[in-house]
Amino acid sequence: MADSIIRIQQARKRFGRVEALRGVDLEVARGEVILIVGPSGSGKSTLLRSVNRLETLSSGEIWIEDTCVTSPHADIRRIREEVGMVFQSFNLFPHLSVTENITLAPGIVRREQASVTLERAGALLARVGLSDKAHAYPDQLSGGQQQRVAIARALAMQPKIMLFDEPTSALDPEMIKEVLDVMLDLAREGMTMLVVSHEMGFARAAADRVVFMDEGLVVESGPPDELFNRPKEERTRSFLEHIL
Amino acid sequence: MTDPIPATGTTKGRPLADPASAMRLNESSLIPGDRETLAAWKIAFFGAIALTVALPLFRPHPFLEILAFVPEGLTATFTVTLASICVALVLGLLAGLGRIARTTVINRIATVYVEVVRGIPLLVQLFYIYYALGPLLHLNGLVSAIAALSICYGAYLAEIFRAGIQSIPKGQMEAALALGLSRTQALWRIILPQTIRVILPPIGNEFIALLKDSSLVSILAVSDLLRRGREYASTTFDYLEAYTVVALIYLIMTLFFSRLVGLMEERMRTHGRQHH
Repeated sequence: MADSIIRIQQARKRFGRVEALRGVDLEVARGEVILIVGPSGSGKSTLLRSVNRLETLSSGEIWIEDTCVTSPHADIRRIREEVGMVFQSFNLFPHLSVTENITLAPGIVRREQASVTLERAGALLARVGLSDKAHAYPDQLSGGQQQRVAIARALAMQPKIMLFDEPTSALDPEMIKEVLDVMLDLAREGMTMLVVSHEMGFARAAADRVVFMDEGLVVESGPPDELFNRPKEERTRSFLEHIL
Repeated sequence: MTDPIPATGTTKGRPLADPASAMRLNESSLIPGDRETLAAWKIAFFGAIALTVALPLFRPHPFLEILAFVPEGLTATFTVTLASICVALVLGLLAGLGRIARTTVINRIATVYVEVVRGIPLLVQLFYIYYALGPLLHLNGLVSAIAALSICYGAYLAEIFRAGIQSIPKGQMEAALALGLSRTQALWRIILPQTIRVILPPIGNEFIALLKDSSLVSILAVSDLLRRGREYASTTFDYLEAYTVVALIYLIMTLFFSRLVGLMEERMRTHGRQHH
């Protein structure tokens, strides 16, 4: 692919005796939205976390544009500035207000002026529909609201890529939609997104490709309709039967 | 001396801020801590104050003289306590960070410091610094006392800092790193501010323990509260009276501070979110 923004080559990761990734290849085009599905323990979160090196691969390479993330000489902080991440458990900073959560990284990592970061925080909060919560603290917000702030916090660094690690798994059912709506909006704007999730509705509405992983390998991948309706592999079929 | 974090207030043998409250996470409880503990605290605290007032009233001699003579030692007691806790906090933070450092050498140094210091009785450390090292380094009693208490309590505080830092969910560091912060930035901006709130009560308990342990310095010719009592008694032979007053003053101080720590714990539980 000429314009691939992420290239993962033969990614392997071993945790003690467990091999979480056993040689994964994946290319992500600029602006592409990819949903990674698979049973728990299939290595999908590990793969996602390797992209911004929260996990260090045992072998293999990951490239973002022309930077090798997995190289020991990589300026990993520069890479992380460009790669936003949203976690299952939100991980908002509880001692900081919503606005401070959003302005912190642009302020101390990019050394942007407070006026600039505050203005952007205001715009991002408006975008995720939480302008009235600017001065609230995380524990005063619902799960869905916290996750939307977490997305705004990641976007404040103006990343090129967004990683979502099971963003709706910790949410009550009635809050899932508000988070997915923000993600849909982001996908429509052309953000490159790598999403570990089993939200099939989101996949059908926004994903360009669904990647099915099992036992540390990519089993198959394809457009959502094709993969969901006509899976080629038996393992994919039996997995889909369980979750659909 | 203390188990760092989980034991908010319950420390081995220390009658400090209500142990039972550690188990009560119900935010709606209005009475701070356990009623029984609070009642006992009131009896002890106001009883001690009443005795301190009543004794000189009914027996001006020798209690009035003792009360005029002994409290001069408070200056030394508080000098030693405050100076030691300040130095110990710095040492404790450094050693606590060292204990979680990923550099093996730093980690090893911090761990050895903590293990060695915690394995030697405070009195022995005090003698060691004053009598063994004092003459070589020209340390007087006061400096030796502060050095010994700081080094000793630094090790205990290190464990509190370490446990406090480790009690912060792993996701906090990950979220900070994912945003592009360095580990150092994440530590100072994200992890430590949250740690402080968790460890304030245990640090308060260490302060109280240190206040009591500061009486050990009376052996080094530092004129603290206990020493003043002994000096008075050695001329008049009123040992019972002198040490009663000394004990009462310590008791009033420690009960006062332990109540403060108890209120602090309660405040953190109920007003957890009001930080600013």
